[in-house]
Amino acid sequence: MLRVRDLKTYFVTEHGRGTARAVDEVSFDLYPGETLGIVGESGCGKTVTSLSILRLVPEPPGHILPGSLIEFEGRNLLALPAPELRAVRGNQIAMIFQEPMTSLNPVFTVGDQIGEAAIIHQHLSRKAARARAIEMLKLVGIADPEERVDDYPHQLSGGMRQRVMIAMALVCHPKVLIADEPTTALDVTIQAQILELLDRLQQELGMAVLLITHDLGLVAGHADRVVVMYAGRVVETAETTELFDRPTHPYTEGLLAAVPRIDAPLARLHAIPGQVPAATAWPAGCRFHPRCPYAWDKCIAQEPPLLETGVTGHAARCWLVTEPERRQAKR
Amino acid sequence: MTGVVWLLRRFVASVAIIFAVVTLVFILIHVAPGDPCVGSEEGGTQDPVMCPLLTRQFGLDQPLHVRYGRYLLQLLHGNLGYSFSLHRPVSGALAETIPFTLQLAGVALLIDFLLGLGLGIYQALRVNRLPDVVLSNVTLFVYSLPTFWLALVLLLLFAEKVKLFPLGGPSDPILCPVIDSAYCLADRIWHLVLPAFTLGLVGAAGTARFQRAAMLEVAQQDFVRTARAKGLSERGVVLQHQLRNALLSFITRFGLTLPFLLTGAVLIETIFAWPGMGRLAVNAILTRDHALVTATALIASTLVVSGNLLADILIGIADPRVRVPADGGPETSLVPA
Ligand SMILES: Nc1ncnc2c1ncn2[C@@H]1O[C@H](COP(=O)(O)OP(=O)(O)OP(=O)(O)O)[C@@H](O)[C@H]1O
Ligand SMILES: [Mg+2]
Repeated sequence: MLRVRDLKTYFVTEHGRGTARAVDEVSFDLYPGETLGIVGESGCGKTVTSLSILRLVPEPPGHILPGSLIEFEGRNLLALPAPELRAVRGNQIAMIFQEPMTSLNPVFTVGDQIGEAAIIHQHLSRKAARARAIEMLKLVGIADPEERVDDYPHQLSGGMRQRVMIAMALVCHPKVLIADEPTTALDVTIQAQILELLDRLQQELGMAVLLITHDLGLVAGHADRVVVMYAGRVVETAETTELFDRPTHPYTEGLLAAVPRIDAPLARLHAIPGQVPAATAWPAGCRFHPRCPYAWDKCIAQEPPLLETGVTGHAARCWLVTEPERRQAKR
Repeated sequence: MTGVVWLLRRFVASVAIIFAVVTLVFILIHVAPGDPCVGSEEGGTQDPVMCPLLTRQFGLDQPLHVRYGRYLLQLLHGNLGYSFSLHRPVSGALAETIPFTLQLAGVALLIDFLLGLGLGIYQALRVNRLPDVVLSNVTLFVYSLPTFWLALVLLLLFAEKVKLFPLGGPSDPILCPVIDSAYCLADRIWHLVLPAFTLGLVGAAGTARFQRAAMLEVAQQDFVRTARAKGLSERGVVLQHQLRNALLSFITRFGLTLPFLLTGAVLIETIFAWPGMGRLAVNAILTRDHALVTATALIASTLVVSGNLLADILIGIADPRVRVPADGGPETSLVPA
């Protein structure tokens, strides 16, 4: 349904600090009705990937390189003329943003902002759009929708604003919903509510969801398949249970070890040493090698491609796939 | 704090500011060298017979605090005093000149805002493309021109070389000493074009630069990206989501524009022989006409302070974050119903 191939989104940084290769040859598929999780640390290019899909990357400084492909229902979104692209945005592919506090316009009521997409794409009258907005508010579980519809964003709590964002994204019943860290800015109980809501709505509306998060734990309960990103690259992809059972890339291992587990309460919380390098200066060879416990000379010399592990749909960008015996030789 | 209380407090503060300005101007003009009798270096009523008489009659021989007290007392009774240089009550002179200044400043303000806003919004729609780059340079150029210089150049071009507009004055002195016909109204407008345009143009350049910057600042906000993600056209994004927010900063600027408009009017009125309050004030200062100087300062500061108050009230109406309390309570209006 949505096919991303060799997506490269670079940023030309100011002061000549070079080009930030924020997203570098990212490929993945999103199938109808499924939830695909995209996981990775802060700065690995998750948001830029999702913005690229709808061509929302600020240009300049960013640009999507030729050779990238984002195919939606047989059409390359990257080559689509502006009016046709707009007919996709908010209508067939909708997006929820990371920051519910600033992603709503402070001078319009939430009703106006929810109804807007329906007015554009379905040519509803203002009155019908308002009725639809109330319906959507009810759908996302906001009490007193008839009154809340006339509220301004600053009158709502963070959780309510995120619900409004979801209502706004779903108003045209899109086929694909991109949810960029929909719960990061919220506290834990609200997080759970929002995710349940997304699950429920996905089933009711039958849409595909791209769930972007830095939290593998969140992916476990909600995604069918997972793409792990590191330093602008896809480093591992697999079905969720397979990924949790047999993580192959050392980065995925590290992420998994960092997830607190109820079944192993004594396990020390494990964090990956070091930090994500700057996007302007990815390390040569495997981009993870400076932080990898197994790295050997081959990892510094040559970056591995995505290698099939043998299980269908499971691939990892790591030489350990071809030389599994190296796993014993921990640094 | 409810809107009414807020309004009352702002009103009291405004009155206090005006009072302070009047006091300061009163002291300054009285301690400045020269007096209405001897005059300043530039002029005055130098009549050896009348001088001592006048001095006594107007209490100029009294100490400053006594004169100040008397002045305030008169002011409370609505009496603005007597102009030495014009030999008539100040209120009469003001009543004659203020309409002229309001006409000039009003039309200039209209040109400033309409042209400035229009340009700023147009540039935001075409940002960093050729029209925007050209206009940015033009507005920077115009904005940095001294008003009086622009006035003289426009006079030279459009009144002297090409006799399109009159050289100065408010109307044809013979045919239209007062406006009593459609012809005379047209005549007034014809006389108003150059001075108002000069004043408005410089302001418009500043407004355009401000508005463009305000629009672009809003363009960086997350909610603009949200709007784009909904499928809005670029036009819709700019004209609805960006403009509405940028207009809020514009309203704030409106209050700050008034003082510049008034100081500009002083220059323009002098150059174009426009019989407004600005020219009156300049003459009053040159002749050390105490009452007239203080009165014009009073009017000017009242205008400026009310402009600011008006801007704040407008913000209260236009910005839901100010108008509607965050706790979800009912809307309260700043302006009492
Ligand atoms: N507007 C921009 N200008 C320059 N560089 C940018 C810009 N936006 C993103 N980048 C670069 O892209 C990289 C990836 O950013 P991105 O926002 O996609 O990370 P992320 O994975 O979403 O992280 P987070 O979890 O913090 O949201 C950043 O390290 C940054 O260098
Ligand atoms: Mg992000």
